[in-house]
Amino acid sequence: MNPRSGRFASMAVPLAAEIAAARAVAALSRLVGAGGGTTVPGKLLSTLDPGAVDRLAARLPAGTATISATNGKTTTAAMAAEILRPRFRLAHNRSGANLLSGVASTLLAAGRAQLGLLEVDEAALPEVMRRVQPRAVCLGNLFRDQLDRYGELELVAERWRDAVAVLPVSTTLVVNGDDPLVGDLANAHGPALVFGLDDPRVARPALQHAADSKYCLRCGLPLEYAAAYVGHLGDYRCPNGHIARAPLDVVARSIELRALEGVAFDLDLAGETRRVELALPGLYNVYNAVGAAALTHALGATTDEIVAGLGRFSAAFGRFERIAVDDKTILLLLIKNPAGANEAIRTLVDGGPPRLAVVALNDAIADGRDVSWIWDVDFEPLLTGFDRVVATGDRAAELALRFKYGGLAEDAIEVEPILERALDRGLELTPGGGELVVLPTYTAMLGLQRIAAARGLVRPYWERAA
Amino acid sequence: MNIRVAHLYPDYLNIYADRGNIAVLAARARWRGHELDVTQVGIDGRIVPGEHDLYYLGGGQDREQLLVATDLATKAERLKEAAAGGAAFLAVCGGYQLLGRGYRGRHGEAMPGVGLLPLETVAGDRRMIGNVLLECELEPGVGRTLAGFENHAGRTRLDPGAEPLGRVVSGFGNDGETGYEGCRVGRAIGTYLHGPLLPRNPWLADWILAQALAHRTGGDPPELAPLDDELEAEAHAVSSARARRR
Repeated sequence: MNPRSGRFASMAVPLAAEIAAARAVAALSRLVGAGGGTTVPGKLLSTLDPGAVDRLAARLPAGTATISATNGKTTTAAMAAEILRPRFRLAHNRSGANLLSGVASTLLAAGRAQLGLLEVDEAALPEVMRRVQPRAVCLGNLFRDQLDRYGELELVAERWRDAVAVLPVSTTLVVNGDDPLVGDLANAHGPALVFGLDDPRVARPALQHAADSKYCLRCGLPLEYAAAYVGHLGDYRCPNGHIARAPLDVVARSIELRALEGVAFDLDLAGETRRVELALPGLYNVYNAVGAAALTHALGATTDEIVAGLGRFSAAFGRFERIAVDDKTILLLLIKNPAGANEAIRTLVDGGPPRLAVVALNDAIADGRDVSWIWDVDFEPLLTGFDRVVATGDRAAELALRFKYGGLAEDAIEVEPILERALDRGLELTPGGGELVVLPTYTAMLGLQRIAAARGLVRPYWERAA
Repeated sequence: MNIRVAHLYPDYLNIYADRGNIAVLAARARWRGHELDVTQVGIDGRIVPGEHDLYYLGGGQDREQLLVATDLATKAERLKEAAAGGAAFLAVCGGYQLLGRGYRGRHGEAMPGVGLLPLETVAGDRRMIGNVLLECELEPGVGRTLAGFENHAGRTRLDPGAEPLGRVVSGFGNDGETGYEGCRVGRAIGTYLHGPLLPRNPWLADWILAQALAHRTGGDPPELAPLDDELEAEAHAVSSARARRR
């Protein structure tokens, strides 16, 4: 059967019957252990009837909100869910199944949900927006990521621009004003809620190598930054006056970075200023928090609910997590593209550079088959502190070369392509009571998750604040 | 000896980790007692033939490429003069296209080229993406393989009789049809292979260093002392296997 034929759509199977069939498939796929049943029913449903997603979304009484970004969409959506939970029953794709099929599955399983809260893949966003007709759209950032899959950054931005241009005026557009490419999208829509950071004390001294959108969109001159926070995110202006960061509606100021322990900041929102205490570290999580605050504000959450929700929040799996193994801990930080990896490294170094780490590089489709991005990551601040590093994953040797040519002595580098063995080697090298830093790419992180589950490892900090 | 490198438009042409190639050249020069002296040449930067032994151009997204193409064209005569004087060139992806006579982009926009390599490029509808493996013979009788990753919309056509960098064992190559990849004119090399190119293909890094040293000294390319390339060989093997399986 050609899944794109749409032949079955015209048969007008009642939605209720389709839902029943798809749910049965979900139960079956869980029974046979096929990936927890996350996207299988959605795939079936969107194949049988692509229009079903539209109708499922239309049934949600409080409508739908979508969240997309290269970095932080899972965390931003999870933060928004924490804030909104007291107010709405949510249909939220928390497992990160963020393509159309995952959206379909989430909506199918939604039951009596009132509001759809959907994290959406950057490439899938235009179609998802067209189908679910969101009442609010949150656009976080665009960085170079998996160029083999998404194509060039400008292509993604173009598709986003087209999708935003056809949004009804009633849809609230929430954009990160600190990203020149994303902030510019607001112009394609009209009114927008703009969020960003304003605290030059925590800015980077210079634009990082991995900064992408650093030229004026009109004249091509390098943008001038009063402050650059994460990659090309910051307070920018074109020297010719073509573009500049828009005035911010929702702002983080007086940011206090507490290394690995978390971050606090003043949240300016709707004429109020409130202190937010976040259990996650790093400036990138301040962006996630301010984005979640702006979006949930647009969805009707009060400032009290926003501050309390962010205070309750703890990380999604692998984003920043500690796992206890006997008397040692594993500190897990996902790395998946240069901008995100740089922030993970910056956070680690702020907490005192580790002397040992396990770094895992896979090249499955979800990681990006092209591994060249590791050369755009600024690993150097970590390398100077390493006594030893274990390179692992399917492309372990490539990673070892990155460290070797980054200046690390070759005898400090161990190559162990098999993830589980590398983890054990790392734990063996970790002194009692110590912490092992593990930096995995996406599918390596999933592999670690399976290993941790199989060994029955506990996650002492995981739901601490829940 | 210091090897003088002009890195062209590093702020614009850096999409596929081009700084990895520079890092490899610098380290492998250093391990042989030489120093890589890298000058960044941006828009408005000047090219003085004879002042540099190696010119490096990386890859950029269409937008960045368009930004530099016009400026690069104003440097064309001096770059050709430098090449005629025996300087080495390495150009990857976007930089490769720009060393040809020109590039016609996705929206029909025409970008001028340097005209140093005998080729032209036209953007196609589908990007050619994946792991690549090439067989090369830069020195007569010395067969080598190059493993890399390609991701390009451009279809590059070499002029009749032009010398490609290598034969495609697996992958698309210049245009997905002819079975050839890259282009070589004397000491100038252009290729779509990134990944980056040099870490997992150290023999090519050494070949380029030797050509640059030849320009520096005015003599023949020297024989460089062998290095321990065990990690490089392992990365090459994994990358080659990826290409063969595609």
